[in-house]
Amino acid sequence: MTIGIVSYGAYVPRYRIKIEEIARLWGDDAKALKNGLMVYEKSVPDVDEDAATIAVEAARNAMARSGVLPSRIGAVYTGSESHPYAVKPTSTIVAQAIGATPEMTAADFEFACKAGTAALQVCMGLVGSGMIDLGLAIGADVSQGAPGDALEYTAAAGGVACLIGRNESELAAIIEDTYSFTTDTPDFWRREGMPYPEHGGRFTGEPGYFRHVTNGAKGLLEKLGTTPSDYDYGVFHQPNGKFPRKAAKMLGFTKEQIAPGLVVPKIGNTYSGSCLMGIAATLDQAKPGDRIFATAFGSGAGSDAFSIRVTDRIEEIRNRAPTVSELIKNPVYIDYARYARHKGKIRLA
Amino acid sequence: MSSVPRFWRNIGVRYNLEGTRCKECEEYFYPPRNVCVNCRRMGELEPYKFKGTGEIVSYTLIHTAAKGFEDQAPYTLAIIKLDEGPCLTSQVIGDIDKIQIGTRVKSVFRKLGEDGERGMIYYGTKFVPLDP
Amino acid sequence: MPGIKARSDWPENGVDIMRDVAIIGVKNTKFGELWECSLRDIVVEAGIGAIQDSSVSGKDIDALYIGNMSGGRFIDQEHIGALIADYSGLSRNLHVPATRVEAACASGGLALRQAIMSVASGYSDIVVAAGAEKMTDVGSDEASSALAAAADREWEGMAGATFPGLYAMIARLHMHRYGTTSEQLAEVAVKNHRNGCLNPIAQYKHAITVDDVLNSIMVADPLHIFDCSPITDGASALVLAPAEIARKYSDTPIYIKAIAQASDTIALHDRRDITTLDASVVAAKRAYSMAKLAPEDIDLVEVHDCFTIAEICAIEDLGFAEKGKGGVVTENGETAIGGRIPVNTSGGLKACGHPVGATGIKQAVEIVTQLRGDAGKRQVEGAEYGMTHNVGGSGATAVIHILSRER
Repeated sequence: MTIGIVSYGAYVPRYRIKIEEIARLWGDDAKALKNGLMVYEKSVPDVDEDAATIAVEAARNAMARSGVLPSRIGAVYTGSESHPYAVKPTSTIVAQAIGATPEMTAADFEFACKAGTAALQVCMGLVGSGMIDLGLAIGADVSQGAPGDALEYTAAAGGVACLIGRNESELAAIIEDTYSFTTDTPDFWRREGMPYPEHGGRFTGEPGYFRHVTNGAKGLLEKLGTTPSDYDYGVFHQPNGKFPRKAAKMLGFTKEQIAPGLVVPKIGNTYSGSCLMGIAATLDQAKPGDRIFATAFGSGAGSDAFSIRVTDRIEEIRNRAPTVSELIKNPVYIDYARYARHKGKIRLA
Repeated sequence: MSSVPRFWRNIGVRYNLEGTRCKECEEYFYPPRNVCVNCRRMGELEPYKFKGTGEIVSYTLIHTAAKGFEDQAPYTLAIIKLDEGPCLTSQVIGDIDKIQIGTRVKSVFRKLGEDGERGMIYYGTKFVPLDP
Repeated sequence: MPGIKARSDWPENGVDIMRDVAIIGVKNTKFGELWECSLRDIVVEAGIGAIQDSSVSGKDIDALYIGNMSGGRFIDQEHIGALIADYSGLSRNLHVPATRVEAACASGGLALRQAIMSVASGYSDIVVAAGAEKMTDVGSDEASSALAAAADREWEGMAGATFPGLYAMIARLHMHRYGTTSEQLAEVAVKNHRNGCLNPIAQYKHAITVDDVLNSIMVADPLHIFDCSPITDGASALVLAPAEIARKYSDTPIYIKAIAQASDTIALHDRRDITTLDASVVAAKRAYSMAKLAPEDIDLVEVHDCFTIAEICAIEDLGFAEKGKGGVVTENGETAIGGRIPVNTSGGLKACGHPVGATGIKQAVEIVTQLRGDAGKRQVEGAEYGMTHNVGGSGATAVIHILSRER
């Protein structure tokens, strides 16, 4: 059974705030932050954008790129840690907005930054088992960072949708295999009803990100009997610019392999969209036959690794929807005051 | 507007620009009409999904917001003529400097409003300039 | 003319109405923020005033029509007709039928039309037509929201449309197409404030300048706050009688020469052309036809200047200015008192105030006052014919009356 990506679509809001602007407010050293985080600016949603609107725009781009009838979709799963409703699915909004309703199932996912890839794995299972024809997996976030918290420098907005199917002639990329590595590691959380997440500071690094990413990646490489040199590209969850570079190095991937998918310096961490954004940016320029190795990480904690092989069809569908680089060009820079308003940090009575 | 059923029954119209077209006189209607304004009971209306492209007929930058839209002010409101013919009223996203009478626009999915912090969130269609 | 599908047997097309009708008594309350007064207080004041002005007595009254847009939203009170009849002393002993008429800001004009038809038909003799709105019991946000319900709530309101916003889009296209300027819009407000200074009941009795308008805060670009009519409490009433017996009650009856009404789409975006209110054009055509008069015959007009651009469109749509020239005509002073066609001698909605349900009646009260020669410093000398033009929403309803000094 061959399962893969029929189509994909991304969306990034047009607004950006620079690290300097956030640092100016809190009296931080912008240069040191940029060197440390390797992030220079981050995307900011408009006042009328949230994870649902971003998921819809990404899903519509995926549908435009696919050319398939939305009625073929049997499941829509949206991963996010900023679902606009605590109870009431984002995925029904998306499904309705792409015309996939009503003969389908839908649910929302949450697993910190890897909810999108978790949704993707579930779609693989349903498609692979024959339960559904096509499944739409989305990772989208308008992630939260408390004012003055370190997260504020990176918590960004964006989303990616992947249409998963099994008809070989329709696949733009084959997912050769996937592997997950999961433990209970409370490195980052947000309690019910709280507006901003809490995190374990440096504890999020070694026991969180690096342990799970490297074990997840190694697990899949061992399972497939492959090595980093078998891949043309590597994508690792990018909460900042530093972590994926370090993880890649630990695993034996080169700077060149990860460069096309490393979008975090320009848009920040799109959380549930982060790893998928890297995959989308890589698919935007991969050639037929290229292989992509990707590992998503979600705090809490776990990793999902994927081995992907691009097919001839990528050339046909690539230009039917905007590429990630097209989406992130011509940003509109805003100051902290406007950012605070866009993010709802200023509350109107 | 705090009525869930009132919003819900038009979700397809708001999300996906679903309108109607009279088979008799071939005029398109958005929002959908059940009676053709030209043919009245002799007309026959069928569902039609609009492409979502059009141009600005007129616009304003609203400073004093409508109730429930305060958090979006100032916002651009426009009458947009869809390529199929009918006009609608919608917000246009983006810099007011980029918006003129005749500017080409396309539809996007946005939050229209919400009933406070506890109530429902209303989603639907707004427009952006085709060449922002 | 687009959209005219008039039936040949309508009075507008020359078929005589059954009876001529006259206005025999009028009264406006003070317009403004009447904090001490309730809706019933002001309607009773206007109603009693109009009855006193006419010398009829309560037991002569056959029916009451009251224009009120949104008692439900403004004072949380429906069943306005019964309330007013009751507090006017017309219910418990006399049981006079009372009917509330609603057509948003044209509610007053429409109440007058219904009252006239009631007398003309022979069904009633003495009828009171009143209009009232109590708008300041709620905050301005709530008041604006209530007013916004005159537009298409689902397909304009849900997009964030406000009334200033809708008229701003009319203004924008009018400026784009005809070269109308913000200064010309401001001239409407300047003139109407000048007139308001001469009207004892006006909400605003201070003069303003073009710069005052242009420097006032922007509400919906290109409309400033001084381009907008205010939120107002007020009531107006008049008493109608068949023309043949009018002199029994009044030395100076004023006669109805035409009543005309027309509809257009509820949403501005569905109109043929947003810079023309087709409902106004059609209603005016019907009115001129019924009165056998032309725009040149009209000596003064009260038009629905809910926004400055609305007056400019109105004088074009009613035939007092060429299409697109409304701004120029205003700038040239042709619509001022003493000009070619004085417009809004009362101060209009802009300066006299706009208690929405009362406005259409107040317009008729002003014309009656002028035709009687009782308008004091704002008197249009020798006025024979006057017109009222009352609009609902952004132009979905237009109602026009032509009044005459001679029968």
